[in-house]
This record gives sequence, C-alpha cells and structure tokens, in this order.
Amino acid sequence: MAGLASLPLAYLLIRAGTGGAEAWEVILEPRTGLVIGRTLALAAAVTVLATALGVALAWLVVRTDLPARRFWAVAAALPLVVPSYVAALALIAAIGPGAPLRGAVEALPGVERAPELFGFPGSVIALTLSTYPYVFILVGAALRRLDPALEEAARALGRSRAGVFRSVTLPLLRPSIGAGALLATLYTLSDFGVVSLMRHDVLTRVIFQQYRTLFDRDPAAVLGLVLVVLTALVLILETRARGRSDLGGGGDAAPRPPGRQPLGRWRVPALGLCAGVVLLGLVMPVVVLGLWSLRGPSAAAALAALLWPAGSSVAVATAAAALAVVAAVPVGLLSVRFPTAFSRGAERLSYGANALPGVVVALALVFFSSRYAGPLYQTIAVLLFAYVVRFLPQALAGARSALVGVNPQLEEAARGLGRGAPGAFTAVTLPLVAPGLLAGATLVFLSTLKELPVTLLLRPIGFETLATEVWSATSVSAFSRAAPPALALIVLAAPIVFRLIERTDERDARGEALGAA
Amino acid sequence: MSRRATLLPLLALLALLAGCGERPEPAGGDPNRLTVYSGRAEDLVGPLFERFERSTGVDVEVRYGDSAELAATIGEEGENSPADVFFAQDAGALGAVAETGRLARLPEPLLGKVDSRFRDPGGRWVGVSGRARVVAYDKRRLSGRELPRSVFDFADPRWKGRIGFPPTNASFQAFVSGMRLAVGDARTKAWLEGIAANEPKLLENNVQTLEAIARGEFEVGLVNHYYLYELRAERPDLPVENHFLAPGDPGSLVNVAGLGVLHDGPAAQRFADYLLSVEGQRFFATDTAEYPLLAGVRPDDALRPLEDIKGPDIPLGRLGQELRSTVELIRDAGLTP
Repeated sequence: MAGLASLPLAYLLIRAGTGGAEAWEVILEPRTGLVIGRTLALAAAVTVLATALGVALAWLVVRTDLPARRFWAVAAALPLVVPSYVAALALIAAIGPGAPLRGAVEALPGVERAPELFGFPGSVIALTLSTYPYVFILVGAALRRLDPALEEAARALGRSRAGVFRSVTLPLLRPSIGAGALLATLYTLSDFGVVSLMRHDVLTRVIFQQYRTLFDRDPAAVLGLVLVVLTALVLILETRARGRSDLGGGGDAAPRPPGRQPLGRWRVPALGLCAGVVLLGLVMPVVVLGLWSLRGPSAAAALAALLWPAGSSVAVATAAAALAVVAAVPVGLLSVRFPTAFSRGAERLSYGANALPGVVVALALVFFSSRYAGPLYQTIAVLLFAYVVRFLPQALAGARSALVGVNPQLEEAARGLGRGAPGAFTAVTLPLVAPGLLAGATLVFLSTLKELPVTLLLRPIGFETLATEVWSATSVSAFSRAAPPALALIVLAAPIVFRLIERTDERDARGEALGAA
Repeated sequence: MSRRATLLPLLALLALLAGCGERPEPAGGDPNRLTVYSGRAEDLVGPLFERFERSTGVDVEVRYGDSAELAATIGEEGENSPADVFFAQDAGALGAVAETGRLARLPEPLLGKVDSRFRDPGGRWVGVSGRARVVAYDKRRLSGRELPRSVFDFADPRWKGRIGFPPTNASFQAFVSGMRLAVGDARTKAWLEGIAANEPKLLENNVQTLEAIARGEFEVGLVNHYYLYELRAERPDLPVENHFLAPGDPGSLVNVAGLGVLHDGPAAQRFADYLLSVEGQRFFATDTAEYPLLAGVRPDDALRPLEDIKGPDIPLGRLGQELRSTVELIRDAGLTP
C-alpha cells in the first residue's frame, strides 16, 4: 500500500533522472535557496499558528463550559470545506486594497497605511484558516477519547489546572497534535492557490512556472524532489516530537467523559476567539461567494445544473474516504504495533506524496496508469486510486493517532478468551479506534470534495464534480457562476462534519447523563 | 451516518462507474469519432464543438484542462495518449508538444489559409484565432489619450508604482520574446530593468491583473485584449478599458490559440477544416471576442482591426525557442523568482 502511495516519488526520480545535469542546475540557482527559505518560513509560521489555534479551539469545545459549544464544535471544523483559494479571495475582498474595511482602518487617526496583505502575511492568514481544522478535528477526537482518570489523579495530587494540562493532557495529545500539525505543514508545502493569489514566491510557484511557462517537466521534478526532502525533514521532526508518547499505553477500554472546566471570566475572550475564527474562515468566504452569485442571472437555474456534479462529488469522495481508511489501517497498525525500521519507513513514505502540488501527483499517475493500466486510464477506478494516493496521510493521521491510544493488551486478552486474531481486532480494537478512523475518513472526504488537479487530468471525459464546475467558471472569470458550486461544496460538507462531531458528542452527552444519575 | 445515508451515495457511485467505465480511445481511422484535449474553456468553445458535431455528425469527446497541464499530460502519455487533437490556448503549449515529436504534419491547403506568422514553420500546428496584447487602464484615473503609443514608454519613471502585469504568464513571456526578436536583447533588457525600477505589481494571470486595476491598486496593466470582455459579461460597469499601442509596436504582439493533430484521421482533418472555415471563424469573432485569422472574416466592431494592429512582424513559431532565454532575462530583471 505504502509502495503504491509512493508512485509520485518514483515518478519524480524517473523524471529528474532522465532530465540529466541540466535539470539539476535549477537547484544551484541562487534564487532557489531564497525560495526554499521562504517556503520553510511559511510552513513553520502556518504550522505553529494552526496548531495553537486548533488545540485551543478543541480544548474549548470539548473540555470547557463554553456557551453553545456544540455549535462551535461544528462551525470551527467547517473552514476545512472552504477551498483555500476561496478563503484567500475572500480575504482580499474583505481586507485587501480597495476594501471598505481597509479604508476604514486607514481613516483612523494616526494610521497612514494599513499593513500590507499580499505576500507573507496574507499567505499565513489564509493557510492558517484552511489548515487549523486538521488539528482541531484530530485533537478534538483525541480529547474525547482521553481517559480523564490520569488528569484527575494529577489534580488530586495537588497539581494546578494549568500544570495538569501541561504535564498530563498535552503529552497524551501529542500523537494527534503531531498528526494534525503534520497535515497542516504538508498542505502548506503543497499549496499553490493561496500563494499565487497572495503573490508570495514559494517553491510551488517556481514548480508551476516550470510547467506552465517553460513546459519543462524535468527541472520541475527536481524541485518536486526538493519538496520531498523538506517533507522528510518535517517527518523527522514530527517523529522526534512524538517521543515516548508512542508507547500505546493509556487507553482504557471504556473512557468516561471528563468534567468540563468552568471558563469564568475567560468566557468572553474564548467566545471572541471562536467567533473571530469562524467569521474569517467560514462566514467571510460564504458572504463573498453569496455576493458573487448575486451578480449572476438566476440562482435557481444554477442550482438545478449542480445536481449531477454534486452527486458525482459525493460519490467519489465517499468511495475515496472508505478506500483510504481501509488502506490506512494496516499501514498504521504495522507501524504502531511492530515499529521496525521497515514499517516506520512504509508509513512515512505514504506522506511523501502529500507535500507535492496536486499537478505533480496527477502527472505521476498519468505516467504510470497510461502505461501500465491502459484499460483503466481515465476511468473512475484510477481516479479513486489517485485520490487515495494523494490523501492517504489524512486517513493515516486519524488511524494512527487512534491506534496509538489503544492498549494492545486488550486485544491480547480477547484472544486469550478464545477469539481469533481478526475477531479480536473487530470486537475490541475497531470500536475503540472508530472515532479516529471516522475523523480520518472525514478529512479524506472533505479533501476529495474540493480536489481539482488530479480530477481534471484523470477523470473520465464528461465527468463533472463541483470542484471542476468552480474551475471551469473561474477559468473564464465567471465568478457569479463559480459561486453556486463553491457554496454547494460547503453546504454538502457541513452535515458530514456535523454528523462527525455530533456522533462523538452524543457519546459524551450519554456519559454525562449517566454520571449525573 | 445512518446505513441508508451511506448507501445512497454508494449506489450513485455504482451508477457512475457503469456509465463512465469505458475509456476513450483515439479515433484514428474512425471518421465519426474524435477525442480532443482542450486547453480552452468549455464556456468559450463548448458551443463550437456542438456546432461542429451538428454540421458533420462526428461524435466529439472533449477533455477540458489547462493548456500547459494538458501539454504535460500528452508528454507523459506518449504513444498511449487517447487524444486525437490538441486544441490549445497559446502557441507555446502547441510548440512544446510539437517538440516531443507527437504532432502530425498538417496538410498544405489548411496551413495556407492562415498567415505564415500564425503557424508553425514546420507545419505541425496552426493558429485558429488571434489575441492582441493591449494596455488595460483604469478609466477613472486615465483617458486613452494620456497613454503612450509605445510599450517602451512605460519604463519611464513617470509610471513608477502605476503598473502591473503577470510576469510568469505565458502571454507575457511570448510578448517579451517578441520584443527580443524585434529590437534585440540589449533594448529588451534595458526595458525590463526600467519596468522593474518602476516597482510594478506582479500578478499570477491576466484576470487578476484586470481585477487589481478595478480595485484601484494600479492604473495600467499589460494583458491580452479579450479578458476585459469576459469580465464585462458579468460586471458591465468594470472601470477598465483597453488601449491599443501603435501599429508594429512590440507591445501589440498578436498571439494565437490553435491546434495540432496527434492521431491523424478523417475526423481530425474535418475538425481542423471546420475551425478554419468561414462558419468556425465567425464563431471566434462573435462568441469569444477574438480575431478570426481567415482572410475575409471580420472581427467584432469593438476591436481594432488586425491589419491596424500589425504587431511586430515575427513568426510565432520562433517564440518557442526563445522561451528559455526570455524567462532568464525576466528573472534577471528581478521580476520572477
């Protein structure tokens, strides 16, 4: 499985290899170093901010008495369904040059010019808004799964709340924080839409220039390999950060829901944080899309035309999510339960492709499938396979952080009581890791829903998804027609996220009721 | 998720699988089937394919995508490409595919319909519609008469902080290549450096450039002529206008969208013939606001006639070989990463 997921890597090696010395010269250009530096700075900034934001929000909605916390639990996850270039366009429309908000700020006494949005700042804001939900969803799932007994023990032994959070909760959350942060980093490394709109020159823009203006795939492949090396560095860092929390301890068979901490005077600032994030990441893009669609002729006609693409989107996204989870479980299991160099390597390899821009993954799969899977090329089968390759790390992040939390002794006990290995896994481990798997599946579902480059090149002719509809309208600047399918993406995704959060929350609610009784 | 809710999309998926299971094959010798890779948007050229199907009875399958990405796809597919025809947004993408040796030579009578400037000297691709480089300007702040007649004048410090363009865009690079062939590298380099000193805003593409002008970020942008008409379809009050430079000025290069044939056959020939027929050419004049390339078909009245634009007298087929040095020149001026 991991081998298949590393096809894009193999492709880059082939291309960079056939390119000869000329293709490698691109690395030696002085500007390339500058661009790599900029790429790393952006990835670092986005990762730190997205992680801080994701953990803070997850803690607020799961562990505190935040008012309307179930609403915030769903609303704060939803920016994930907003395509990041839409988030960037909304930012530009709302606080870019010529925007009323900016005018208002500049009219304030003592303000000569509002700070520049384009470049680093705008890229960081837009990408943070698009990636913190990865951390939020994974850490949220972990917090709900966490056995409060340890924290209670630490409290009973006299630790302060902050101390417990630092010394007990945080270490237990490390696998899910690491997994979420990793996804945020990889997303940032592979993003092209935001940095192009924000005019920030990072590696993906240089790669796109090789493809789009020089029509040269070889130096593009070499730069792609640079991205892979950066990914490898990030993965090493993440492995370090995982540290000893990897031991698969902790997990109790039936975690009780923890008590909720009263926010007290922090209630208003906490609400402000939630509202601010949801406003920037969800409300603003929806409003901008709404305004665009008003420019268009008829919303009813637009909606009717969306039924078929919407159905296609949901169908492929569902199938991709299911397949990705099925593929992720054995890889995750192997690396958690039998952490050899090989199993670790296999798992890490699956991440390699995720930091690459979508078009590179798409071309890699064009290369292999048109050659070796001729009859399947440009059919749904290869398209689904491509989605799994591209988004396996997201399913893996969910599966792995859940598997780490399950004590293998439970399964061993079941086997001792006479269950076979598969039976013990289904009866014991699977129910325990279900929330994690579901979180992973949701991430893959949402990513597939808005996926474009792979879809464009590998879909069967005439197969339209909501993302291709958005693309085909924006490619002729028909923003009014791009808006309805983009809104449909958000509307379709919302109930899925809602169900995911509700489902895990219901369990909390049941537990609370029991506790009260 | 309830069981039924999971089942429905999966059923839909199965239906789709059944419907889309067949992969497109190149038509090759089949006179009634054709697979086209189109780098031009469905919104623009979809009706053209429909008219072709109606008038010839040929069944056309079209894969839409970005021209450069489709060119790369054809490169990766090699001999296995299902495409019979590559219909591209710009001459550069066609040249790139021609370089891989995948394009068949087009017949003389077809090539002869188009001015030799607008086709491959080797006869492997032919332009079917033209687009002119123009200066788009903010009509709230400028009038056409205040604008210079040559693109060289924009290197003057008077324009400092007032210009924007997409330096990595294929159309901009073709224009710089054209300038190099027309006036030489030294003058082009000096112009690029002058422009860079004017601290231009650098954007990703032509549309972003026009939108930035509309937002008031800067006053003039170097772009292709037809994006303005696309945007106006939706926002008739867009405060932007096109300014055509003097005839023969490098700033008024005329580039083309065109086609090349990957798997030759009767259907591919009929398609190429149709695009360069009076009917096909009228479509570009009326529906896409482009320049017809067939003599005798007039462009839309709002456009300055092709004869009056002229542009530098440079065969587009030569621009491909210049691309690499052009990109380096633009980069050395500090305009691209």
